Amino acid sequence: MSTVATRQAPPEVAPAPAVPGRRRRWTRLILPTYTWLMIFYFSLPILVMIVFGFNDIQGRLNLRWQGFTLRWYRELFAIPGLTTALRNSLLIAVIATIISVILGTMIGLALGRYRFRGKGAYDLVIFSAISAPELVLGASLLSLFVTTQFVRGFVTIVIAHVAFSVSFVAVTVRARVLGLDPALEEAAQDLGADPWTTFRKITLPLLAPGILAGALLAFALSIDDYVVTSFVNGQVETFPLWVYGATRVGVPPQVNVMGTLIFLGGVAIAVGNAVLARRQRA
Amino acid sequence: MSARSGRGRLAPYLVGLPGGLWLAIFFVVPLLVMFSLSLQSGNVESGFQFTWEWSNYSRAWELYSTQFIRSVVYALIVTALCLVLAYPMAYWIAFYGGARKSTYLFLILLPFFVSFVIRTASWKFILNDQGIVLGPLKEIGLLPQDFHLLATTTAVLGGLTYNYLPFMVLPLYVALERVDPSLVEAAHDLFASRASAFRKVVFPLSLPGVFAGVLITFVPVASDFVNTSILGGTSTTMIGNVIQTVYLSNNNYPLASAMSFLLMAALLIGIFVYARALGTEQVMEVAQR
Repeated sequence: MSTVATRQAPPEVAPAPAVPGRRRRWTRLILPTYTWLMIFYFSLPILVMIVFGFNDIQGRLNLRWQGFTLRWYRELFAIPGLTTALRNSLLIAVIATIISVILGTMIGLALGRYRFRGKGAYDLVIFSAISAPELVLGASLLSLFVTTQFVRGFVTIVIAHVAFSVSFVAVTVRARVLGLDPALEEAAQDLGADPWTTFRKITLPLLAPGILAGALLAFALSIDDYVVTSFVNGQVETFPLWVYGATRVGVPPQVNVMGTLIFLGGVAIAVGNAVLARRQRA
Repeated sequence: MSARSGRGRLAPYLVGLPGGLWLAIFFVVPLLVMFSLSLQSGNVESGFQFTWEWSNYSRAWELYSTQFIRSVVYALIVTALCLVLAYPMAYWIAFYGGARKSTYLFLILLPFFVSFVIRTASWKFILNDQGIVLGPLKEIGLLPQDFHLLATTTAVLGGLTYNYLPFMVLPLYVALERVDPSLVEAAHDLFASRASAFRKVVFPLSLPGVFAGVLITFVPVASDFVNTSILGGTSTTMIGNVIQTVYLSNNNYPLASAMSFLLMAALLIGIFVYARALGTEQVMEVAQR
């Protein structure tokens, strides 16, 4: 923080000596201090989650610090219901991501590459699906399932997750399609490649970063979803649903540990992605 | 040659069809089914019949107008709080973030790597009557023993603000980042004070970001029910809680569908009025991003 402040200071302080220097230097610290305080505020619940995963509690309630232990990491899977819920969430997220990526990539290609009748309506549906409140998505899917007497459970959760993820994949891929240089595909065809080979060897690799970003987004949306899932889950519990239920009686430390591991995994992927992108550019 | 162009004309439909079908069956049709359900009467044992039962709508409003109004009021307060809290931060990062801009943004997005429900549960833990903040303050006598934050409006508004603040920071940052700093220098050269340069140059140029931020904060906050379920009490119930209860516990699908439709209509009309009041081009520009 201090390095940023001093690095910023010289070029602006120097040419404006007429303004009272002391006051300006003091006010210059307000915004950076504020930003760092806000960043602390953003991370406070995360810090608390991580720290209290090491709390050596005796009873049920994880409220005050009682000493350090690694017990909850050793007994991570000691609560059968929680373990099942986490397994359900991971499985649902993987399946929903695969379906969303396949369908979303195709939509992205269709919307990014072609002009066709009904494209405006298609765009409108995608935009509405992204901006509709989750509550309305969940409630309307539940209406469909009760009206058709479709049994709610694992399948309906996957259907619902694909329904809200597919549009996000589609817009991510479409952005990438619009940025493609058509000359590359034309060159491949001039060299005798058939359309399928061109797609597989040229188009798909060029779209890969967009598809990957869409996949990560779909996975993150699915594994974190509470609202829509709570309408269509039937008897199946997912990780967010289990934690939500536990907030009434006291969240066990295993939840903190699982949250911490998911957090670290996500950060590792994001940082790795950023480092790779920087290396590619360099 | 003709075969090829024929396939070329069909290609977009073939490529777009599977995803389009999924969205039609599991997004568009459910909305229509929900609308039809909202006009039915009956109960879950003997089944529902379509009877143009418009009274579901008036009954929804009679029974739950308090929660409707409360949700809108909460959403207005939280959106305003988010705007005020996010603007200075987005401004500083955009103009003074230098080479570390993306690092700051990453730090602001850190909460998204933790489950939404766990984040909110973590606030419940922090604000607990005997927890890490209130416990010590009560022990040293700074707060009375019966002081509490959970189950109050303050806790719910705090939780909502925390959870939706990043949604406000990002569009503000994007808009401010696009403001050319030489415009600010030009204002200074023309003897504008720092305050009037901000008021007349920077702020107007950041308005698309303000509009986008307000939209993507207001809509989810108004329909949120996780924060008030975990941090609030019976006096902070929002329309989302009611819809969930009427659907899943009372099994009164027509009434619940009517409420969901009312909520959606209210939000759509709100967005439309907002767009008209501010000029459609700006909202369209935002929507296209």
